[in-house]
Amino acid sequence: MVRSVRGAGRARTRVLPGFGLTLGLTVTYLSLIVLIPLSALFAKAASLTWPKFAATLMDERVVAALKLTVGASAAAAAINCVFGAIVAWTLVRYEFPGRRIVDALVDLPFALPTAVSGIALTAVYAQNGWIGSLLAPLGIQVAFTPLGIVVALTFIGLPFVVRTLQPAIQDLEHEFEEASASLGAGRWTTVRRVVAPALLPALVTGFALAFARALGEYGSVVFISGNMPLETEIASLLVITKLEQYDYAGASAIGVAMLILALLGLLLIHAAQRLAVRRSGSTVR
Amino acid sequence: MSARGAHPRRGPLEEPAWVRFALIGITLGFLGLFLLLPLTAVFFEAFRKGPIAWWAAVTQPDVLSAVRLTLVVTAIAVPLNAAFGLVAAWALGKFRFRGRLVLITLIDLPLSISPVISGLVFVLIFGARGWFGPTLREHDIKVIFDTPGLVLATVFVTFPYVARELVAHLEEQGTDPEQAAVSLGASGWTTFWRVTLPSAKWALLYGLVLCNARAMGEFGAVSVVSGHVRGETNTLPLEVEILYNEYDFVGAFAAASLLALLAIVTLLLKTVLERHEARIAERGSGTRSGDTEISR
Repeated sequence: MVRSVRGAGRARTRVLPGFGLTLGLTVTYLSLIVLIPLSALFAKAASLTWPKFAATLMDERVVAALKLTVGASAAAAAINCVFGAIVAWTLVRYEFPGRRIVDALVDLPFALPTAVSGIALTAVYAQNGWIGSLLAPLGIQVAFTPLGIVVALTFIGLPFVVRTLQPAIQDLEHEFEEASASLGAGRWTTVRRVVAPALLPALVTGFALAFARALGEYGSVVFISGNMPLETEIASLLVITKLEQYDYAGASAIGVAMLILALLGLLLIHAAQRLAVRRSGSTVR
Repeated sequence: MSARGAHPRRGPLEEPAWVRFALIGITLGFLGLFLLLPLTAVFFEAFRKGPIAWWAAVTQPDVLSAVRLTLVVTAIAVPLNAAFGLVAAWALGKFRFRGRLVLITLIDLPLSISPVISGLVFVLIFGARGWFGPTLREHDIKVIFDTPGLVLATVFVTFPYVARELVAHLEEQGTDPEQAAVSLGASGWTTFWRVTLPSAKWALLYGLVLCNARAMGEFGAVSVVSGHVRGETNTLPLEVEILYNEYDFVGAFAAASLLALLAIVTLLLKTVLERHEARIAERGSGTRSGDTEISR
């Protein structure tokens, strides 16, 4: 205990007691609740032989579910990048009546239980729903199609993009915009050449967070998706199906695949972000 | 360009008025369509057959027992994670050591894991064919498909909420007040209760609000570990699902309206607490009160 406190290094923190005790409790509780249970997932997936692991994931139904999940998550995150950017910009830069209420409302998908979101979206977008009945004559069916999945994932992903962009827009240095304007750039040019590159890293982060969340989403999707195997069945639902058949190893294999996909997405986007930062660093500053 | 003459206040740093109106319009339209409309639909459907039918649906024995179970699970999970949050915040917020950032990342881990997987891991450990399945059966202890499983899954998914708020807050506060207290002879406990906790109470409350909302509303994780027995192992979100799948739409939306009400209260509290915190931050650093009027 004494050694770890000394490990804390700085003289100013050494005065306070309780480091060893609290750190020990933290690590213990973290291990019991999170780390050991998660390791069970990998242990179970590892109990499969390689050919069997691959066969589980190459199964037609699993491939279809994973493809659909990744595609719908990416589409929803992209939609959120467009509208989330507009929402964030409007909320930070413009004054209008009800702005604070609108700002608070953005967090609704965080606060609303996913099952409630699911049945509410289904009610709105079903053929006899408020929006669904307007789209039906146009031949567009939302509920019980992949489009419905995208709608649900857009709903739950929105706050991630808006809440990531808002601080970035607030932190924009007005000086850059002033300099651009004083050099004769029109507002559109300034937004395109100065503001957009500066916000790109935050936008990419928002995309990544919304995408990662969407990959594992369950509650808001199952009601609106229709859950047809090969067509509208998402990966997390397939995990539950496997579990109900007592195929623990199969469920774990899909679970591991989902975790790896989320991680890959985050890594890819992290790399893109570093590239964007380097580029914008050379053009803006 | 002509707009500039009409609105002399508009500088070169603002978008033309029509762009501003268009963007505000898109914002309100998008949020209205995607957020407000579904929220309204919940209450509309819940009260479709009038307040009496709503009341009858909400007071069904199965719904009431689901509410009770949800409250029990929350009453165990939230205090557990709050206690952990306080302990973790002391270690991670007041001290610097190697591996600290790794620990902070690991604490946030449950936020980026699918709820379904969060439930699955406990089935792998305690399920009938899991690690401890046979042992548990011998001793006639039920974890999965019973309340303990629901509590475990809920603790897992709500794990980071209090801790991350408190760690960030304690880190920001620094250690000066505590060092002053300790050097004046206060014990560690006294320092914590009399110095640290009072300053962190709003951050704690904020974390508790978020943790509570997630605990009461969690669906995916508890769906995996629950036995789905009505009146016994159904939490309120699970009851919503069952009612909905039985085509009892008034019942489903009535139960859902309770959860939607919880969400609205959560948003209100969250906004109030955020504004309170912003005000404190502004008072704390009077130097940057002028040009950065930020409401977060």
